[in-house]
Amino acid sequence: MAEGKRPLPQPTPETQHFWDGARAGELRLQVCNDCRHTYFPPRPFCPKCSSRNVAVTRASGKAKLHSYVIHHRQAPGFDPPYAIAVVELAEGPRMMTNIVGCPQTPEALQLDMPLEVTFEKQNDEISLALFKPAT
Amino acid sequence: MKPNTIAVVGAAETTDLGVIPGLSQIQLHADAALNAMQDAGLKATDIDGIATAGETPNTIAHYLGITPTWADGTSVGGCSFMLHVRHAAAAINEGLCNTVLITHGESGKSRVAVTPRPPFPGSLTGQFEAPFGVAGPPTQFTIPVLRYMKTYGITEEQIAMVSVVQREWAGRNPRATFKTPITVADVLSSRMIAYPFRILMCCLVTDGGGALILTSAERAQDFPRKPVYIVGTGESVESPLISQMADFTSSRAFRVSGKKAFDESCIKHGDVDHLMIYDAFAHLPLYGLEDLGFCKPGEAAGFIGSRATAPGGKLPLNTNGGGLSYMHSGMYGMYALQESVRQMRGIAAAQVEGAKISVCHGVGGMFAASGTIIFSNEKI
Repeated sequence: MAEGKRPLPQPTPETQHFWDGARAGELRLQVCNDCRHTYFPPRPFCPKCSSRNVAVTRASGKAKLHSYVIHHRQAPGFDPPYAIAVVELAEGPRMMTNIVGCPQTPEALQLDMPLEVTFEKQNDEISLALFKPAT
Repeated sequence: MKPNTIAVVGAAETTDLGVIPGLSQIQLHADAALNAMQDAGLKATDIDGIATAGETPNTIAHYLGITPTWADGTSVGGCSFMLHVRHAAAAINEGLCNTVLITHGESGKSRVAVTPRPPFPGSLTGQFEAPFGVAGPPTQFTIPVLRYMKTYGITEEQIAMVSVVQREWAGRNPRATFKTPITVADVLSSRMIAYPFRILMCCLVTDGGGALILTSAERAQDFPRKPVYIVGTGESVESPLISQMADFTSSRAFRVSGKKAFDESCIKHGDVDHLMIYDAFAHLPLYGLEDLGFCKPGEAAGFIGSRATAPGGKLPLNTNGGGLSYMHSGMYGMYALQESVRQMRGIAAAQVEGAKISVCHGVGGMFAASGTIIFSNEKI
């Protein structure tokens, strides 16, 4: 069994909307109203054109498995071996996550396999966006 | 920087490398610094510029008794020392100081009085990577490689070959931590750390340090050692989050830093006699060979497999044994620089006969940063 607890994030004023969204079961990205660039992680300006004219947008939750490792050593809150993955969202940005609902093996984890978001509640404030094989 | 205007006149590692429980982090800096000063025939009072990472420049300057007119605390991971060399060259040329000491010391294994590096929960890493079970470089530096392997059809055997060839070099170096020859089968049957990385594809964890002393090429003629000139420099940074690296098959920081160094020096790839590419993990020499322009994308594994970088090959790479077999304290870039300087001085354990140009390429913080220094033992 996993020992300890996984490290949890501490939201900042600039990222609070993302964590509020996760708690409400929504994956939130940001989009630039000037150049239409969709980006992650959160910040109150566009990293492509430097505009402050940006908005929060709800992502579809659809993604593909971009790359990963399968960690074989102990880490607080995890039961090894477990995959640490980077997924590419349908909207373009990539994010780190864990893949749930399938064996943590190279055979089960094929690059570019379709995934969808699922939220795992950690406490009253924090839910994490994890991904599972798309149905 | 202006090529051929700055030279290395002092270079040394700590007296011992490996497991050094009797020295704290700060004393590893000092041991290397005192050895480099002896190498250059200088005392602390002769030095007026200080650069370091891991410790602050004020800590090291005060500990050694240096009164600097220039200080640089650039700390971007293991390639910080490449950036220090570049910044020191600019500072000397601008007249900000005359003689710069760059130090590294790290009690990576014994952990005596080390600087803590916690992932603060409000930082970008703390919010967007730490919650998913990352546990330092073996689970972050390594994440891009499956995408690289799929894109170019690279096998685990080919990655293992990087470790095998570097062990061959280590076998020629009495100071290397691991010298016993290994095979691809040995690598692929060693303990799994983070699939597809096994322990023999991961760097060592050891204690040690190193230091460099730089001055103007004009003054360098008056020092006891033959000067090693700096003929090209580059640097860049990309993202603190491995998940946000723009292309998992190529490092933008590598490409920008390498091109800048080659452009400054005006040398061509065919002119390079000796190459160091920071190898915290076995995939890094592949990315380095491609992003620096020695190989086309996807061809570096075949290049290493052809023994081009092995002893007797046309492009000797990581001739000290590298971070995989020589030593790796945590910020290995200093040891890559030391090996380039030894090769240019003609005193390396596995000396490349007649080598005149050495390219030394560093990485910092899981592809987050890069620095490239091109050395020569002649003005070019």
